[in-house]
Amino acid sequence: MLGSVVRSAAALVQVGCLAHCTLEFCADFVVCEGPSMEPTICGSDILLAEHISVRSRIISKGSVVIVRSPSDPHSYICKRVIAGPGDRVPIVGSSSFVPKGHVWLEGDNKLNSTDSRAFGPVPFGLVRGRAVMKLWPPSDIGFV
Amino acid sequence: MFRALLFGIPVGITFVDCVGYVAKVDGVSMQPSLNPDLSATSDFVFLSRWSWRKFNYSRGDVVSLISPKNPNQAIIKRVIGLEGDLVKTLGYRRKYLRVPRGHFWVEGDHTGHSLDSNHFGPVALGLITAKATSIVWPPHRWGPLESYIPGGRQPLNSEPLKNNAFCDDLGEFIE
Repeated sequence: MLGSVVRSAAALVQVGCLAHCTLEFCADFVVCEGPSMEPTICGSDILLAEHISVRSRIISKGSVVIVRSPSDPHSYICKRVIAGPGDRVPIVGSSSFVPKGHVWLEGDNKLNSTDSRAFGPVPFGLVRGRAVMKLWPPSDIGFV
Repeated sequence: MFRALLFGIPVGITFVDCVGYVAKVDGVSMQPSLNPDLSATSDFVFLSRWSWRKFNYSRGDVVSLISPKNPNQAIIKRVIGLEGDLVKTLGYRRKYLRVPRGHFWVEGDHTGHSLDSNHFGPVALGLITAKATSIVWPPHRWGPLESYIPGGRQPLNSEPLKNNAFCDDLGEFIE
């Protein structure tokens, strides 16, 4: 009796750890809110985000990424990578280079997006995942 | 055997990811708290991941973070100022600086020999990966890492953060 309780507890721990590793290191699901990525991604769409390309540092320009907000570490933002380190980006009145180890992010909805144009380049260390697929709503399923 | 590995590895990784791990400290930037004698063996510290997700750090804590200049490098520094604090910088391009929302100011204890906020500016809290709680190796250095601010490095004040403080300091990020 006791043996079977211990065995099922161990199995539960193992499944929990496997789930944690999958969500943390392979891929997880993200619900996007806000208008900044319209029309690509609308409010309350569910995305599949993978973490492997972030960990191996192979995020290319044009990817849609999930990033820890520079102004609030508890929330995430979803933007498109526009430029990488060393690239020239236009900012109000002039232009500037993206510093080493940073990326330049912009929303697809240029008129309604708080992005690098407002808070500057974002350190790569804040990037958490790359959006690969839209899973919900069903009419919109497909690659991002 | 294969089954044991298949289930054992995720348990180990999850433990490291949620509880913490031991890491070696390189360099002189945290002298005298860490690596006080470079000719001796390097210090090993325990990095706690336990309350990492809360991002609830106090001034004086020793934290490990991803370098803003190089995402492949982890650095260990002391938290000097939190968001809203007014810090007096040492060799940064502005003499006084209000730490923007969601950011903090880090410095190594070895002033002048540390690549820290005086070089790259305030850092986003999201870059912190763990809090260093104790020295675990070598044996004669065993003990907790004290949380303190080196003399004279206290923030000048800790007024409540104004709503526009984040925007005010934007110029700082653009080089």
